Amino acid sequence: MGKTVAQKIFDAHTVDTPAPGVRVLSLDRVFCHEITTPIAINDLVAIGKDRVFDPTKIKAVIDHVTPAKDSKTAEQGKTMREWAKRQGIKDFFDVGENGVCHAIFPEKGFIRPGFTIIMGDSHTCTHGAFGAFAAGVGTTDLEVGILKGVCTMREPATIKIVLNGKLRDGVFAKDVILAVIKLLTVNGATDKVIEFAGSAVDDMRMDSRMTLCNMAIEAGGTCGICYPDMVTVDFLWPFIGKDFSSKDAALAEYSKYLPDADAVYDKVVTLDVSEIEPQVTFGYKPDQVKSVREMEGTAVNQIYIGSCTNGRLEDLRIAAGILKGKRISENVRAIVSPATPKIYREALNEGLIAIFMDAGFCVTNPTCGACLGMSNGVLAAGESCASTTNRNFNGRMGKGGMVHLMSPATVAATAIAGVITNSPLFTGK
Amino acid sequence: MKIFNGKILFLDRSDINTDEIIPAKYLTELTKEALKPYCLEDLSLPGFDPKRDIAGKSVIVTRANFGCGSSREHAPWVLECNGINLVIAENFARIFRQNMFNCGLMAISLKKSEIDEIFATFAGAEATLVTDLAKKTFTVSNAKISKVFAFDIGEFDLELVKAGGWVNYADSKY
Repeated sequence: MGKTVAQKIFDAHTVDTPAPGVRVLSLDRVFCHEITTPIAINDLVAIGKDRVFDPTKIKAVIDHVTPAKDSKTAEQGKTMREWAKRQGIKDFFDVGENGVCHAIFPEKGFIRPGFTIIMGDSHTCTHGAFGAFAAGVGTTDLEVGILKGVCTMREPATIKIVLNGKLRDGVFAKDVILAVIKLLTVNGATDKVIEFAGSAVDDMRMDSRMTLCNMAIEAGGTCGICYPDMVTVDFLWPFIGKDFSSKDAALAEYSKYLPDADAVYDKVVTLDVSEIEPQVTFGYKPDQVKSVREMEGTAVNQIYIGSCTNGRLEDLRIAAGILKGKRISENVRAIVSPATPKIYREALNEGLIAIFMDAGFCVTNPTCGACLGMSNGVLAAGESCASTTNRNFNGRMGKGGMVHLMSPATVAATAIAGVITNSPLFTGK
Repeated sequence: MKIFNGKILFLDRSDINTDEIIPAKYLTELTKEALKPYCLEDLSLPGFDPKRDIAGKSVIVTRANFGCGSSREHAPWVLECNGINLVIAENFARIFRQNMFNCGLMAISLKKSEIDEIFATFAGAEATLVTDLAKKTFTVSNAKISKVFAFDIGEFDLELVKAGGWVNYADSKY
């Protein structure tokens, strides 16, 4: 019987099967940030096991609240900083070099097809865009991962989403994943891996594939996975060039993790992406999705471009392209958070930051920022935000606030109009 | 091993997410106990008042997909801080469920029809639940009636509950 991507990766990493249907996997990477890691560190210290399984496989960043906003977040940063130093974790990104975890770790080339990765962050599923198995876990799983380099997972049932056809102009990976979540519902992929296949995924750059996989968790998915191909190899080449004689050789190696033709899926859903138009959420669940056309004219108070979903260079380019020479509506305030220092610098060099500032945006340092209302960009009760982020839960961006999730293009157009509206890029063609 | 008996808190809604269980703004706390006052603070559920309804409860009975969203283990911790060691639902978000067992707590799924029956029979008045782990049954009772429900728990999940969580288990084995 054929195997899915996750089954192949599990088979290559199984160190124990403690009970039927449960595997203990060895880990290639344990990613850490300052919100969920310090309690694990403190517990390891308290139980006399202040060790790490392999400092070269642990990558850490301060990203959720940075620079620290108060004594508590300063303490979280201090705990991470001292631990990284103590344990010899060289890839630790502190103030000045730090960015949103799921943007900076791929940018640094830390992921390979076939890897197993955990992090104390639900959007860890993003890294499946490289053909890896990457799953969000809690602090206890993280603690054991740090100490032992293992994690338990149930057998990975997989849903295959086949995305065929060409995206219409002005329709992006964000619109596709919102349409998929609407179809699956927020409970539709619980305990399941999602494989994204089809010509529309083949056509996507890594930035877009990461957007797609990033929101797998919003349907309950354990991980979103795209198949490694030459787009993957091209992205990784600066980091893997020394390991392979040619890109073809790299691709041949990574193709070990492609699914078998007779792989068994829990469900296969085929969509023609040319039928998708720009999407936006309207409620407190990410599956409450309508077309932008249906929500046209809905007033918003805040504009937010950033996050692990859509804070990458491709996103900033699209938004800046729409904002160039324009001003945001006097009825909104607008914030953009480039996801990493590298993205920030490239956006500066390309003139994108100037476009945002000329349009009236506040440009923040790379951070998770307004997405989860922990540091900046918090909404007041009764306010709403047009946002490129991934969650619209009640209170997510501030108590009593409403978040409308949409693509960077739709957010940019909404910034100018002051109400939800389709971008000029979307002409229906 | 923890205690899985006591008064039931009924939360009659599906898709209760981790931000509702413990909002992100409290994730800067460095101890689990500090989370205690903020349990279910942002829950959207008509008639529910966290200040009034949580005290004295030890078990949550709810609908589908409980604990969806964030990976924050602060969600099980804030329940445990408030004396709630057991959540019963139609199903759970993967990370929340694993976090519960990793802490030696229990997240148990029952069939939709059984959840419906518990709500129909017991919600709205004081009800108590007693867990028999050996027999794998819950006995739910109020002043008038008592009903027994059988449940499944994975062999490995049971090991975690008995070991008091995943750190103890993993450290003794790997």
